[in-house]
Amino acid sequence: MISRWNFLAVIGRIFIAFLTSTGHLILFTATALRHVVLPPFFLRITFQQIVRIGYFSLPVVGMTAIFTGAVLALQIYIGGSRFNAEGFVGQVVVISMVRELGPVLAALMLAGRVSSAIAAEIGTMRVTEQIDALTTLATNPFKYLVAPRLIAATLTLPMLVLVADIIGVMGGFLASTQRLGLNAGIYMKSTIDVLELEDVTSGLTKAAVFGFLIALMGCYHGYNSKGGAQGVGAATTDAVVSASILILLFNYVLTDFFFS
Amino acid sequence: MTAQNQDTPKIAVSALHKRFGKNQVLAGIDLEAGRGKSLAIIGGSGSGKSVLLKCILGLIKPDSGSIKIDGRETTGLSGTAREEILAKVGMLFQGAALFDSMTVWENVAFGLMQAHGVSAKPAREKALAAMAKVGLEADLADINPAELSGGMQKRVGLARAIAPEPEILFFDEPTTGLDPIMAGIINELIIERVQELGATAVTITHDMKSARRIADTIAMIYQGRIIWCGPADDIDHCGNPHVEQFIKAKSEGPIALDVLRA
Repeated sequence: MISRWNFLAVIGRIFIAFLTSTGHLILFTATALRHVVLPPFFLRITFQQIVRIGYFSLPVVGMTAIFTGAVLALQIYIGGSRFNAEGFVGQVVVISMVRELGPVLAALMLAGRVSSAIAAEIGTMRVTEQIDALTTLATNPFKYLVAPRLIAATLTLPMLVLVADIIGVMGGFLASTQRLGLNAGIYMKSTIDVLELEDVTSGLTKAAVFGFLIALMGCYHGYNSKGGAQGVGAATTDAVVSASILILLFNYVLTDFFFS
Repeated sequence: MTAQNQDTPKIAVSALHKRFGKNQVLAGIDLEAGRGKSLAIIGGSGSGKSVLLKCILGLIKPDSGSIKIDGRETTGLSGTAREEILAKVGMLFQGAALFDSMTVWENVAFGLMQAHGVSAKPAREKALAAMAKVGLEADLADINPAELSGGMQKRVGLARAIAPEPEILFFDEPTTGLDPIMAGIINELIIERVQELGATAVTITHDMKSARRIADTIAMIYQGRIIWCGPADDIDHCGNPHVEQFIKAKSEGPIALDVLRA
């Protein structure tokens, strides 16, 4: 009897802890959004963050895209050849790249590269009292640290994904023409013909949401980190893990939304 | 300024309570810091002095009680109103808390540029002047604070605190972790700069030498309450066994060491 109640108590505790942290996160997000919208804006810092988050992520995103596009072409060719659909490689590569793999893979790479960096930086600032110092110098840390990163990530991820889309399609093109011996002209024409504007815009909308989530998770876990080096380490891990999970979750939600 | 303004204490704390979970850190603090005076709050580790300081600064929200700065209640303030209060304040952190993404002069000029809207060139001039006042050469202006020794970082922290010419200065363990000579230098710098600005100073410390040197008034905090408060000269014959144990650094006495940090 007692063990059963203990079991229920454990579930209760987990549930309450879940609600508490969800509430914390929602309050954090609301405060952050208020500072994103309301002046003053730190334009120079936002620009620095755009360069750090966007520009310096280009090599990682580009590499991911080109190999994914190329692999996709090979796999679709193998699968397609089982029912004589080899000709559809170009179409399937571009649709899956632009609608799905471009945004998701770029976002997951950035969750590893950017979320962790933001969490480590802000977390270190928290444990070394630099965030308190900001406050005592009459500067709101949400305005100075969180808002610029949120704006930068939300703006730059769609641009990175656009680049990833193009490079991914190029990867598919190279694998198809060089390895599979498909005709280059036909491949390009079928790619361009099948692509619709909504494919691109839905992918870029996803990217903006993912960018926001990446920066939000980095800032949230960094801002709330405590307990020295170990706390910063934990914050970094939590940021990457939660950003990745939220990306996959919102990917489904958004896909479902565009689907209907 | 009116006579009433002169009489209001710069900082008045009353019945301040704060608990973290089951740990009652502040259990009804009553304390005043007089205009232009230097107050030192002494107490052991975990006695709640850092929490008190953070409550006054608005970094931690107290559970109940009142904190008045210049007669104005500050406990419920946020946003612009809070920033108005903070613009009067300078703070030297225990670990200096310098921004490691910026150079030394950018650190010192940060408050001027962000809160007071000074543009880069005059801010740099003022930063160099503030650095000179704490004995930092101008050629250190463009290096990264991480390259400096602990004592030098404290000096930069002090320069950053005094650069916007605040009315109130807070010092969190200003001499902890420094060698005796550097501690002496920091003490002297604090006295000089506070006097020059005519600022009200609040120092939390467990370094009695530093407290005696810096303060006009000393208050001792123990188990979340002020157990003694009086002129610095009277502390040696205050007759309070807790204070005596603390200032004479005796291991035997009424104070039991707290294990958990506040």
